[in-house]
Amino acid sequence: MTFTGVGIGRGMAMGTVLQMPAPLPEPQDAPSALSVDAEKERAAVALAATAAGIRARGERAGGSAKDVLEAQAFMAEDPTLSDDVKARLETGKTAERAVFEAFASFRDLLVSMGGYMGERATDLDDVSQRVVAQLQGVEAPGVPDPDHQFVLVARDLAPADTALLNLDKVLGLITSDGGPTSHTAILAREKSIVAVVGVAGALDIPNGTTVIVDASTGAVTVDPDEDARFKAKIAIQERASLAKAPAGPGRLADDTAIPLLANLGSSGGAAEAVELGAEGVGLFRTEFLFLDSAQAPTVAEQQSQYSALFAAFPGKKVVVRALDAGADKPLSFLNDAPEENPALGLRGLRALRANEQILRDQLTAIRNAEAENTAEVWVMAPMVSTLEETRYFTSIAREVGLKTAGVMIEVPSSALLADRILVDADFASIGTNDLTQYTLAADRLLGSVASFQDPWHPAVLRLVGEVGKAGAALGKPVGICGEAAADPLLAVVLVGLGATSLSMSPAALADVRAELRLYTIEQAQHFAELALKANSAMEARAAVSASASS
Amino acid sequence: MAERTVTIASTHGLHARPASIFTQAAAKAGVPVQLTKGEKTVNAASILGVISLGIDHNDDVVLSVEGDDENAVLDELAALLSTDHDAA
Repeated sequence: MTFTGVGIGRGMAMGTVLQMPAPLPEPQDAPSALSVDAEKERAAVALAATAAGIRARGERAGGSAKDVLEAQAFMAEDPTLSDDVKARLETGKTAERAVFEAFASFRDLLVSMGGYMGERATDLDDVSQRVVAQLQGVEAPGVPDPDHQFVLVARDLAPADTALLNLDKVLGLITSDGGPTSHTAILAREKSIVAVVGVAGALDIPNGTTVIVDASTGAVTVDPDEDARFKAKIAIQERASLAKAPAGPGRLADDTAIPLLANLGSSGGAAEAVELGAEGVGLFRTEFLFLDSAQAPTVAEQQSQYSALFAAFPGKKVVVRALDAGADKPLSFLNDAPEENPALGLRGLRALRANEQILRDQLTAIRNAEAENTAEVWVMAPMVSTLEETRYFTSIAREVGLKTAGVMIEVPSSALLADRILVDADFASIGTNDLTQYTLAADRLLGSVASFQDPWHPAVLRLVGEVGKAGAALGKPVGICGEAAADPLLAVVLVGLGATSLSMSPAALADVRAELRLYTIEQAQHFAELALKANSAMEARAAVSASASS
Repeated sequence: MAERTVTIASTHGLHARPASIFTQAAAKAGVPVQLTKGEKTVNAASILGVISLGIDHNDDVVLSVEGDDENAVLDELAALLSTDHDAA
């Protein structure tokens, strides 16, 4: 039997299915049939057992996962929590209900504190579910962690699930819900995990069944015969040896150079990016320097971090994006006023402009770090929506002494006026995730409108084409730094629309590099025409896929 | 019982990492340690309790220890609170 969905990337995997257990229902608030002391004993045993279990998982996982899990174990052992549970048990509640309520009350407290502590709320939820599962003698919900490799099947994965996912064990991912831009798909591209999303019927595949997951066709073959298994094994081996082949620069079949760059969120990922053949950095996100702090880091603090990154790319291009924060990623010193529509609020360059010293300090730190290194440093402003904002940013950047200043194109207004914006800006970099969100007016974090969040949509591609045309006319580079660049076939379309470089998660570089080599610039332009003529994202994808495989 | 008032040195208050460093040290002390801010007192070995006090930079808190070596324990924990863990 074969199911189909949308494949992410080009990989293939074969393994046994493990379904992600569904979340537990809220324990009922019915009086306990046991004595208060008996319930106290049950609660104490379950909390201790859960803490021990979490700690053991942490030991196995190691690395940063170990710290996260260690912190969770402390939560299960917390004396204040345990007192709170006991107080609730005195009123005759069951251990399940008391544990649930105690964790929920701390969760609400953390959420009300906001910022970093608010983000820990999901950890408390996870621990709470685990303790309740322990009490009920059922399997713990959330990401399974067996001692063998498996193909994970889930409705969809939440960020909290993926943070705990042991990627060494996951051969592939199948989801029943979620589209090509769901969180699962983004994770799969980032980590280069074989994935097929939106597979109706996937939740009915029994645990332990062997499946072949083929992302290039979107097919999930359940219980394949010997012949199919053999062929899959060969295909998987071939791909593995291909990935080990030395990585050259990004080129089309006609030798047109399309530099392939890395998206990085800290200087830590630099070595891996270089190893995977990144020709530079197309998007360096600087938010990590500012999160979890009550005030902006000093120029010197920032400078050492930028310098560490630049040092990893001697003589190569590194594009640094100025701090991109808003009410959806609040920073107390920048903008913590609640907003009804954070995506449309005081964010990106708008927030920096309201706090110009933070922008000036950041640009100064970048320039100082540039002086210590040989990397070719470019800076760009996030969420630029007008020509006037472009001039504001580039003038400050040049005043500080930075040579190359550009803008991110994420808002339709700036894509439509790219022919004017690029007169002033030295380059444009298209953030396809936000451009899609703003073009289709669909919140990219809202599951109910996730189907709109598809960069293959011809409206989005037409805007990309506007920027591409403006760049070509003015001789200015146009990069892509959204998730779209990590989709191999879409990457070719973007080149056809005028993109001159592509930046993506380092794990996606190999597939995109291989795909680019298959087509000439004329073919890429032909694909772009086909996609622009389509009436929907689905039609665009289908039209280009059909032409590519003919 | 020994008590001491300490001013919080960490630039960002007793959140996240500094709170975790402090509560683990309090848990290792082997004797009951209480932390008080204003009217509210919590078990100093409880990260959830300590975080729930919402302690900020320059807040005054009271540490109280009961048991053997109470002054040595006070010295150690007070030193942690008067160190700026965010300056690292």
